[in-house]
Amino acid sequence: MSKQLKEREEMPRQPADVRNKNFEEVALGYTPEQAIVEAKRCLQCKKKTCIEGCPVEVDIPEFIRLIGEEKFMEAAAKLKETNALPAICGRVCPQEEQCELTCVLAKRDQPIAIGRLERFAADWEAAHQNESGKCDVTDEPPPSDRIAKVAVVGSGPAGLTAAGELACKGYDVTIFEALHDPGGVLCYGIPPFRLPRTILNREIDYVKSLGVSIETNAIVGKLYTLCDLMEDGFSAIFIGTGAGLPQFLKIPGENLCGVYSANEYLTRINLMKAYKFPEYPTPINIGEKVVVIGAGNVAMDAARCSLRMGAKEVAIVYRRSRTEMPAREEEIENALEEGVVFQLLTNPVRFIGDENGFLKQMEVMRMELGEPDDSGRRRPVPIEGSNFIMDVDTAVIAVGQNPNPVVRECETDLKTTKWGGIVVDEETMATSIPGVYAGGDAVTGAATVITAMGAGKKAARAIDQYVRGKLKETK
Amino acid sequence: MYKVVRKECLADVVTLLEVEAAPIARKARAGQFVIVRQREDTERVPLTISDWNREAGTITIIFQHIGRSTTELSLVEPGDSLRDVVGPLGRATEVEKSGTVVCIGGGIGVAELRPIAKAMKQAGNTVISIIGARDKSLIILEAEMRASSDELFITTDNGSYGRKGFVSEVLADLLKDGRKIDVVYAIGPVPMMRVIAEQTRPHGLKTIVSLDAIMIDGTGMCGACRVTVGGQTKFTCCDGPDFDAHQVNWDELVARKKMYLPQEKEQLERFHESCAGGCGK
Repeated sequence: MSKQLKEREEMPRQPADVRNKNFEEVALGYTPEQAIVEAKRCLQCKKKTCIEGCPVEVDIPEFIRLIGEEKFMEAAAKLKETNALPAICGRVCPQEEQCELTCVLAKRDQPIAIGRLERFAADWEAAHQNESGKCDVTDEPPPSDRIAKVAVVGSGPAGLTAAGELACKGYDVTIFEALHDPGGVLCYGIPPFRLPRTILNREIDYVKSLGVSIETNAIVGKLYTLCDLMEDGFSAIFIGTGAGLPQFLKIPGENLCGVYSANEYLTRINLMKAYKFPEYPTPINIGEKVVVIGAGNVAMDAARCSLRMGAKEVAIVYRRSRTEMPAREEEIENALEEGVVFQLLTNPVRFIGDENGFLKQMEVMRMELGEPDDSGRRRPVPIEGSNFIMDVDTAVIAVGQNPNPVVRECETDLKTTKWGGIVVDEETMATSIPGVYAGGDAVTGAATVITAMGAGKKAARAIDQYVRGKLKETK
Repeated sequence: MYKVVRKECLADVVTLLEVEAAPIARKARAGQFVIVRQREDTERVPLTISDWNREAGTITIIFQHIGRSTTELSLVEPGDSLRDVVGPLGRATEVEKSGTVVCIGGGIGVAELRPIAKAMKQAGNTVISIIGARDKSLIILEAEMRASSDELFITTDNGSYGRKGFVSEVLADLLKDGRKIDVVYAIGPVPMMRVIAEQTRPHGLKTIVSLDAIMIDGTGMCGACRVTVGGQTKFTCCDGPDFDAHQVNWDELVARKKMYLPQEKEQLERFHESCAGGCGK
């Protein structure tokens, strides 16, 4: 390769000391000029290893080539051939572990900024859609020509993707969402400074424009059973109910006022807009000293929200070291820049409250790393006698979520694992009930947006085959 | 949107709303609740389903105006719509033929007690009901409770109606008289439920309470409503709202229910200022 390798284009961001006081988006996106420069770094390899890293198989070199040729609308259309939610994926996918990891350039230099380019194309399309009018979806078959009705349970990444795919294949799709707004974790979990709500709503509107209807306030298992849906004429059902059951530490004092699950903390802030209190009336108690226990993306989100809500000191308390942190490097760096402190190799032992039942301190102990465990990460081992007390006003527990229990508790025929994940055939995502499929965190436990989307896509294909097979039988 | 078809003022600060929600009406069972969000910019408020009409496709909610959200909700009129109503949430009350069931309701708790008493009666139990309030004007659903009960006792704190005193005193008499009781259901303010739990504990008498912890989603997602029951953390929304009264950690529940008192006060004041005394009470 004779070409001199150029460094990847940096994406402008709000300065750290400004952004840690607002909920506006942190990353500002490429300008067209930057996008073209970055796109031209792509080697347009014959063997497209980047695509192998993408769970939804976006034709990455092709959309990048189009950006390089200044064909931004065409680039967005190319993305949407395989990915209904490019503006979301461009923002929240861990590209460094996926497409950018398998990018040929990554071997010797910085990989192409695939995520940033994806985001650029999607945002460009949204901003210029009305000018060209070209990207409006018009070729969907009218409802009467639809093949069959399919129900999707949950409007998070898995459900939206499955619904979009099925609508494109000609199905009449209804999404049932338990909350009052659609989006699942994209709405209640991921803060607006990482995923602005205008972007989220735009992507949801796009899925709707494909012919998908969304019924909110519809909690499947309680309001409608799977059986009800079948009787109501749905030929197949996809369950994408996510990992909405927070895990706790099971240590003393965990139910003191001021100890939150990350789900509750983020739901109050993001879904119920507690960051706009008192204009929005849902309250949250965020004191001066906040600790967030855990070091995944959710923990980073909670820590960064705390700063924006006015906390003076925010610490991530994590029992392993920086190397083992499961959060994206980008989010860890953002958090550090914004002023989050990392209290590593430290594990909570108990929470201590005042006479009114409010959290005031947390006892922790130091850890050291031992042999690797099942996850391949070095196991944290407590150091005897290393206990000490931290003054704490608010604690957020962000150590993971298990699959939401509502559907499995109401549907006894649905096979689940010990920890509550729905058991599926890995090839087809079919569950133990014929015609019922599942994917995303409801199956795997908390994972990423894009793996959930990949599962939604896989299930949509299998559902299409299943329904067509059934229709043939009855003919 | 969920249209309000009927509104009734049951007591000074207690309102009944009958709301169109056909799918919920089809599934509702005694002990379950809904979460109501009146408008885009209001809270999610958990409220008991007090009654339902499967044919008409309506559910009835009854609530006391305590904070801003319930005060605002009391101002809706028939024909208005509620932005969101989700349910039926929570596990339904276990209704079986146990023999004699004592149903005890304090204040607004009677709203939730009504469907339970009705279901207990329908299941073939002998139902003894005790309902109470501070004052006569706050006694609600007397006729409905009478219709579902073999015996009905009424108490008021000030003696303005029925027997002067607390519901627990009636229960104490029943226990003293050696009446055969198989199960006690108690729904009302925490101090009342707590007293009843202590009364029945020495008798080893099965006692169920319905808890109203602070909640957001009501689907097990957030854990705001966690309570300690029998030493284990439970979610009121999914594992409850009914729990064994003898196992509940009441101190923790009381503390958690007070978690947002300053903010609740601020909201209510803000609301009253915004309408300059022209609304609410």
